[in-house]
Amino acid sequence: MQKKYSWYSLLKAGLANQDWDKAIPSSKPKSKYDVIIIGGGGHGLATAYYLAKECGIKNVAVVEKGYIGGGNTGRNTTIIRSNYLRDEASSLYEHSMRLWEGLSEDLNFNVMFSQRGVYNLGHTLQDMRDIERRVNANVLNGVDAVVVDRKEIKEQIPIINTSKNVRYPIMGASFQARAGVARHDGVAWGFARAASNLGVDIIQNCEVIDIEVEEGRVKGVKTTQGDIMADRVGCVSAGHSSVIARMAGLRLPVESHPLQAFVSEAMKPILHTVVMSNAVHGYVSQSDKGDLVIGAGIDGYNSYAQRGSAKIVEHCAAAILELFPIFSRVRMNRQWGGIVDVCPDACPIISPTKIEGLYFNCGWGTGGFKATPGSGNVFAHTIAQDKQHDLAVPFHIDRFTTGALIDEHGAAGVAH
Amino acid sequence: MFSIHCPYCKEPRDQNEFSPAGEAFIARPENPEALSDEQWADYVFYRTNIKGDHWEQWVHTSGCRKYFLVKRSTISHEVLEVATLDEIDGEEVS
Repeated sequence: MQKKYSWYSLLKAGLANQDWDKAIPSSKPKSKYDVIIIGGGGHGLATAYYLAKECGIKNVAVVEKGYIGGGNTGRNTTIIRSNYLRDEASSLYEHSMRLWEGLSEDLNFNVMFSQRGVYNLGHTLQDMRDIERRVNANVLNGVDAVVVDRKEIKEQIPIINTSKNVRYPIMGASFQARAGVARHDGVAWGFARAASNLGVDIIQNCEVIDIEVEEGRVKGVKTTQGDIMADRVGCVSAGHSSVIARMAGLRLPVESHPLQAFVSEAMKPILHTVVMSNAVHGYVSQSDKGDLVIGAGIDGYNSYAQRGSAKIVEHCAAAILELFPIFSRVRMNRQWGGIVDVCPDACPIISPTKIEGLYFNCGWGTGGFKATPGSGNVFAHTIAQDKQHDLAVPFHIDRFTTGALIDEHGAAGVAH
Repeated sequence: MFSIHCPYCKEPRDQNEFSPAGEAFIARPENPEALSDEQWADYVFYRTNIKGDHWEQWVHTSGCRKYFLVKRSTISHEVLEVATLDEIDGEEVS
């Protein structure tokens, strides 16, 4: 059990420059748990945390093949919003947003959640019709959203290019004031620390190599640190979901693609909000450290390589420069890719499977970070009760068989 | 970024000239009416999404505009084999 972080503990340990607890104790796997979570990213850790906190299941292991915060959780562009069009999606993301709003206190860990607002730009008349429709849907669903025109955008973001003499002139935007960003790997550390405080074992450098299934029931997993038994296994392995599914003899309706992002050198505050554009395809915010965080799209081909094509980077940089010509001489510091698993309808799967005791939370595609607390929360309840949480019901894997897809693709601003 | 040897143009060209067109050897069922919902879903939506050597279709969008087959590693992006659609029997490969 770690000490509670407070201004007093910070001052005391800061002055002494010692007495810092290890935030996440290193655990070795026990032979048996009630629940095993495969994947120690934000969603997996959040699942374990809510299992322990809200479902009374504390005998839980999170097995992670790398280290905490080293996968997609530390690779995304940290944008959080809930202005989705469809009722199913907006309910889920708004559930997550409400958890974000109290998360730092809840976890006793500052996840640096900053509600600085998100603009989703429209560049054509059809964009603006879609934005009005989405904003109206948001308001009806209790999600804050407004339509802003070009003049208001320019007033708020003086450096943005609102000229009409560009290929894709800005005509307006939707604005969600409660949206924003958070410190992404801090979210993983916060959930990991809080979960381990409740008794969850966080086992790093432990790769699952097989899933034991007997007579249609899951029995446990084989890992690089030995066999671990459990009657219930939750798979939250994002880009590698198909690889994990195959171990249990399952196929999934997902394909894995590289998604790229890059950050600039740090500079003084210049952009106080988040700007996203679907039409030119780029999104940008400025981190507290001062670097511009810029996200691109996915490569169309399948890949597990955590790197993408230069073509995508070039396309994204061109988009950002059309929006912000002032950034033309900003130097980029780092560029990377993460592997995202994309569903045909670009909506997640939060679902039991044909194998009893085996659950999947995957298919978040390019937009999973914003859902971290909500996803973990509904998945924990789904595992604990062996019945989908109400908000997870539309996200059953059977929707690909029944045809009840969620038509959110392209409806929710930029590629999520 | 990689280059692909187009089997029609018969020379390696930059990947930017091509567009990926999904997993290969997914034949449309001859009689869709006879399939169960599960079988139809498997054909339409489910994919092998393999981590390793992947047979896939590409089209030479900015070149000859023909579709063909590529066997490519999804780990290293290395192109291992290219073929025209009539050169490979999908059932033998998979």
